[in-house]
Amino acid sequence: MRALFTEPFLVSLLFGAVTAGLPLLLAGLGEQISEKAGVLNIGLEGMMLIGAYTGFLATYRTGSFWFGFLAGGVGGMSAALIVLLLCIRKGLNQIVIGIAITVGAEGLTSLLHFVQFSRSYPRLAAAPIFAVPAFSRIPVLGRGLFSHNPLVYLSWALVGLLTWVFRSTYLGLSLEAAGNKPAALDAAGVDVVRTRSFAVLCTGFLAGLGGAYMANVGAGLFVPFMTGGAGVIGIVLAMLARGRPLWVLIGAALFGASLAMTTALQVAGIDVPTDVVQMLPFAVVMLVLVIFARHSMLPSALGTPYVRGGR
Amino acid sequence: MAAELKIVLQRVLIPVVMALVVGGIILLALGKDPLDYYGIVLQRSLLRSGGAQETVTRMAPLLLIAAGLIVAFRAGIWNLGGDGQFLLAAVASAALAPVLAADLPRALNLAVCMIVGALVGALWSVIPALLKARYGVNEIITTLMMSFLGTSLANVLIKLVLRDPDTTVPQTRSLGVDDRLPRLFGTTIHSGLVLAILAVILVHFMMTRTAFGLKLQVLGANRAAAVHAGLRVERLTIIAFALSAGFIGLAGAVEVLGVWGSVRADWNPALGLLVVPLVFLARFNGYAVIGITLFFSALTVGGESAARRVGVPQHYVLVLVALLLLFLALVEYRDQSRRKPSAAAT
Repeated sequence: MRALFTEPFLVSLLFGAVTAGLPLLLAGLGEQISEKAGVLNIGLEGMMLIGAYTGFLATYRTGSFWFGFLAGGVGGMSAALIVLLLCIRKGLNQIVIGIAITVGAEGLTSLLHFVQFSRSYPRLAAAPIFAVPAFSRIPVLGRGLFSHNPLVYLSWALVGLLTWVFRSTYLGLSLEAAGNKPAALDAAGVDVVRTRSFAVLCTGFLAGLGGAYMANVGAGLFVPFMTGGAGVIGIVLAMLARGRPLWVLIGAALFGASLAMTTALQVAGIDVPTDVVQMLPFAVVMLVLVIFARHSMLPSALGTPYVRGGR
Repeated sequence: MAAELKIVLQRVLIPVVMALVVGGIILLALGKDPLDYYGIVLQRSLLRSGGAQETVTRMAPLLLIAAGLIVAFRAGIWNLGGDGQFLLAAVASAALAPVLAADLPRALNLAVCMIVGALVGALWSVIPALLKARYGVNEIITTLMMSFLGTSLANVLIKLVLRDPDTTVPQTRSLGVDDRLPRLFGTTIHSGLVLAILAVILVHFMMTRTAFGLKLQVLGANRAAAVHAGLRVERLTIIAFALSAGFIGLAGAVEVLGVWGSVRADWNPALGLLVVPLVFLARFNGYAVIGITLFFSALTVGGESAARRVGVPQHYVLVLVALLLLFLALVEYRDQSRRKPSAAAT
């Protein structure tokens, strides 16, 4: 067992946990904004995948990682535009459209990847890393937590920002009302459709950003279906967190750690079946749900379109 | 009747044509010939006998999963854990079948293995079912978690417990071709297909024509109303879950007993989530599911051949499915908003 707690093992575990968990964090936070406003965004996986593709394409063509992140966010937002137009404005079924977005994104990005990159499989150069002064010199923690792409620190800051927005701003209250009692929000003179539209566009941007990070920083390349269920985990994290951003961070760290564990074990030269390790976070979540089984306290208007004057 | 037929044609044909046209425009934009592509898909999937048999064979697991999803979705239960239920049932029946084949006659062995598959699938839904029935825990979370768990557990079982020592790639012991599900009329189509079609029709009948089905529909339409109507909501929830996961487990068993004969490690066709949009496309209607599954299966089989011939990846089929979902939803929306003003006037 002592071999486990060497410095290279712990550093690669921590570093990998942050890298693998960040897309989950961003997507989970994004989904949380939508769910708060009463929109169940099943298309999260598709938004991540489109963000991964557009983000990779932009960075590959321009060489700029920041431009790639922006393009990823915009890519995710463009998919969210479909939810905005069809589900929020027209009131079509959110699950049907969400599945259509995910399935369509899988097909479309595979098709575009096939046409453009299937012969060359280009890779990006390593993403720039910003070592936080002083912090990055702490043993183990420094290289594991404080030597990352700047987007990582921005995402951590976003957790705090969102907590503040949800708890103590007018916008946060409006989002909450749009999810729990849209008619009351309407009566108070705030446009429900506009509030929900804003929420869904935020979701799209964050999911796309997470996808772009996954492709550009995590993998350094784009492959079809690369999100591999990250969007699904993002939805679950948002539902479990019940509107609290910090819990999305904790959940993302848990899942990130178990994803990183397999690589870290290889670094340490220990042969444990990867499937056993991969089961751990899901088993933990199920255990928590079984022990603390309570009502999941989702917003009461979640998934239902708002029609003014309707019942 | 003529008017009804017209509505069906408008609601189905228009979206299909629109999806194919928009899909064709995407192909054109990428410099491929859409007519050439659609032609090859049609020829390879339905017009040649080998392709047609493949198309029909692949419908079997899709239909059984669809049967399971229709029960759950109509009862308002989002069972999204199909992949785990499917794989664990497949592994269980793959482990059992070669062992029992030595002692039991073929028909009995197959029947036992299919029942075990269905039971294992149902068993994997017990925790989400209990949590939903007793405490109202959202089943989307629990079934997805159990699905990821089940997929990994299936791999662990194959690699560590059930591994066939004679193969280099980890897989279960193979069931002899003579012991698998019998083929139909000298084709490559196995008899699991008949079972699957019967299952879908049976489920449709049960949901629309029996008291039990009506109870589930009430539960799906309004849980609170079901409680007020005196229905035993907890029991109904658990039964609906078990039926749903049981059919999906049966799909896993049929796929192993009819087609593969064994399960390799890391094999996951991920049909559990793939069938969800098909069931939505069919509006939870059993007969419509048969048609849509045929359409989808033909697209997949034809798309795989066309991928090699025309240079369009097989996943392009997914774009068509997405477009179809969008246009079906849009056409239905247009119909409803047209009907509303007239309803208000009367």
